[in-house]
Amino acid sequence: MPNIKTLAQREEAQVRFTGGHSLCAGCAEPMVVRTVLNAIPDPVVVANATGCLEVATSRYPGTAWNVPWIHVAFENAAAVIAGVEAAYKALVRAGKLDRRIRFVAFAGDGGTYDIGLQALSGALERGHDFLYVCINNEAYMNTGVQRSSATPRCASATTAPVGKAIPGKPQDRKDITEIVVAHYVPYVAQAAVSNLIDLANKVERAVNYEGPKFLNVLTTCPLGWRTPRDSAIQQAKLAVETRYWPLYEVAEGRYKITYKPKKEVPVEEWLKTQGRFRHLFRSPDGEALIAEFQAAVDRYWDELLRKEQCLSGGEEKTG
Amino acid sequence: MRKVMTGHKAVAEAMRQIEPDVVAVYPITPQSEIAEYYAEYVHDGIVHTELVPVESEHSAMSACVGAAAAGARVMTATASQGLALMVEVLYIAASMRLPIVMALANRALSGPINIHCDHSDAYLARDSGAIQIFCESAQEAYDYMLMAQRVAEHDEVRLPAIVNLDGFTLTHSSQVVEPLPDGVAKKFVGNYKPFYPLLDVDHPATWGPFAMPDYYFELKRAQAAAMEKVPAAFLEVQKHYSKISGRRYAGFVEGYKLDDAERALVVMGSTAGTAKAAVDQLRAKGEKVGLLKVWLFRPFPGKEIAAALAHVERVAVLDRALSFGAMGALYCDLAAAFVHAVHRPTFVNYIYGLGGRDTTVDQLVQVFAELKDAHPDEGLRYIGLRE
Repeated sequence: MPNIKTLAQREEAQVRFTGGHSLCAGCAEPMVVRTVLNAIPDPVVVANATGCLEVATSRYPGTAWNVPWIHVAFENAAAVIAGVEAAYKALVRAGKLDRRIRFVAFAGDGGTYDIGLQALSGALERGHDFLYVCINNEAYMNTGVQRSSATPRCASATTAPVGKAIPGKPQDRKDITEIVVAHYVPYVAQAAVSNLIDLANKVERAVNYEGPKFLNVLTTCPLGWRTPRDSAIQQAKLAVETRYWPLYEVAEGRYKITYKPKKEVPVEEWLKTQGRFRHLFRSPDGEALIAEFQAAVDRYWDELLRKEQCLSGGEEKTG
Repeated sequence: MRKVMTGHKAVAEAMRQIEPDVVAVYPITPQSEIAEYYAEYVHDGIVHTELVPVESEHSAMSACVGAAAAGARVMTATASQGLALMVEVLYIAASMRLPIVMALANRALSGPINIHCDHSDAYLARDSGAIQIFCESAQEAYDYMLMAQRVAEHDEVRLPAIVNLDGFTLTHSSQVVEPLPDGVAKKFVGNYKPFYPLLDVDHPATWGPFAMPDYYFELKRAQAAAMEKVPAAFLEVQKHYSKISGRRYAGFVEGYKLDDAERALVVMGSTAGTAKAAVDQLRAKGEKVGLLKVWLFRPFPGKEIAAALAHVERVAVLDRALSFGAMGALYCDLAAAFVHAVHRPTFVNYIYGLGGRDTTVDQLVQVFAELKDAHPDEGLRYIGLRE
């Protein structure tokens, strides 16, 4: 199990993702990428969906990637990594390759929840041996903060603005993590950029399993959430502490909440720090909307507790 | 050994002999049998291929790109809407210089939905950067599947290639085909040599970067340069293939009774067979008519076509798809090829066979008759259309 020191040592031992890219100041994505890649001791090949991470790290003729990396389009990271993995299997079978190589796909919430859902579902069902990491910042940040199906209710987005008639996004976010669970793949987890050791742990556990693995990582976007540039970790931490974003895993069908906040922090504490929810604190309807938001968080958390209670038994596979 | 088989079986036989590392394929009429035959080969353990039974054609081409960039030899097949779904990724495959070979069972694009042949699907991918070859028969489909592999993988080319065969007309009808013995076919295709494969983890390569206005233009120009290398590679591969197969493939186009022809048709695909019958009928009456069949549609062999038709007085160009608001695509390419020619035949553009509408020998005989006094400024004409 890694601690902060091991994370730092891994970073010194091999630089798989270098600086010099053009991700925004305060962007949390590089921490997720580094932590994920450094938690995998074997060589890796990465497929990246179109998005912030892709455009900011691969501007020709430069690259931030010190591992084999491929970007094809927005909606197909899962299909692309499936092809890479299929090639690997064929070449190993033909005796042309004998090294253990791991396959990782990175995509944003747009590329996962929305336009890439079909390719993801297909790759999960076919059982390719890969780790899919959704770097979830809850909107189409690369194209200017348009709403996605990961955007929380009430949040302001450029295609779900706070207007005179409709205050931000009117719909609830989709629960992609549970959609992936419904594919009966060996390992599914939610993580957050604030809890890097938990994230590293989950990656280590995930790669012990043969087959598709999925991580949904809440990753602050200071630009889109309209929060200070130095607040990314604090923001994600509040999302976890308020139980808005539970850290949990489903390993071979067994639910486990990997972090349970000790005290109940109202979700309002998280909402009030972000510009995208500012209207909730300025309009007469805001109070009711916040109460609804809190009720949804509570309902989800209770449901998760019950799942953990009912579906936690059995011995966990250790690596 | 000569065998009776459908165009699908001929294509599947070629694929079995090529035995790519990865086949990612999604079923669609009239292509499905190719996917089915190949799944049988995989499930019977006849080939070592990793079959990726994807959930859409978009993912088929995406998996092909991933696999090809990883360092594998990769194939797929599709038709119509399937190609339409693939097209986004096909452009990217071409830009990455990935020699993915695919059979395209030509079928009309929706709407209205229709499962029968025309070339609207191939025309949709016209500017994708993929090589496009059209076949007259199941034999040609078999032969060009093997040759396309070599052209696509040619060191100086490295581009995806589409082998077009008319849906149903060629895919589902039984014809006599003479495949090469397995050993001869395998030796002809040879081993695959990947460039900068992703699976070479000791030499990490970045594939599919983001190019801004400062580089995009140069990268596209470099891609165009690869396309310019296709004609020489095509001729080289044809020459080799002719030697091992005993069948004559020499050139981007094939003339039929064209040498002294005064009037000629230009056509792609299975209708060339119908056109040959029409030419024979009129030749028997002493009329000087001929045919030019186009094998290589992309890159377009304008110069060679202009040379082949230089002596012809009147030419009917047959397009099996509409390019709404413009003349047919083949016609436009041909017209451009002649723009600097000293002698220009009179050209007429016919649209024919949309959505599987039959084109008969009699209709083509009629086209030759109309051609006698056709005026070049008449606009589009249609064959076999109720108006």
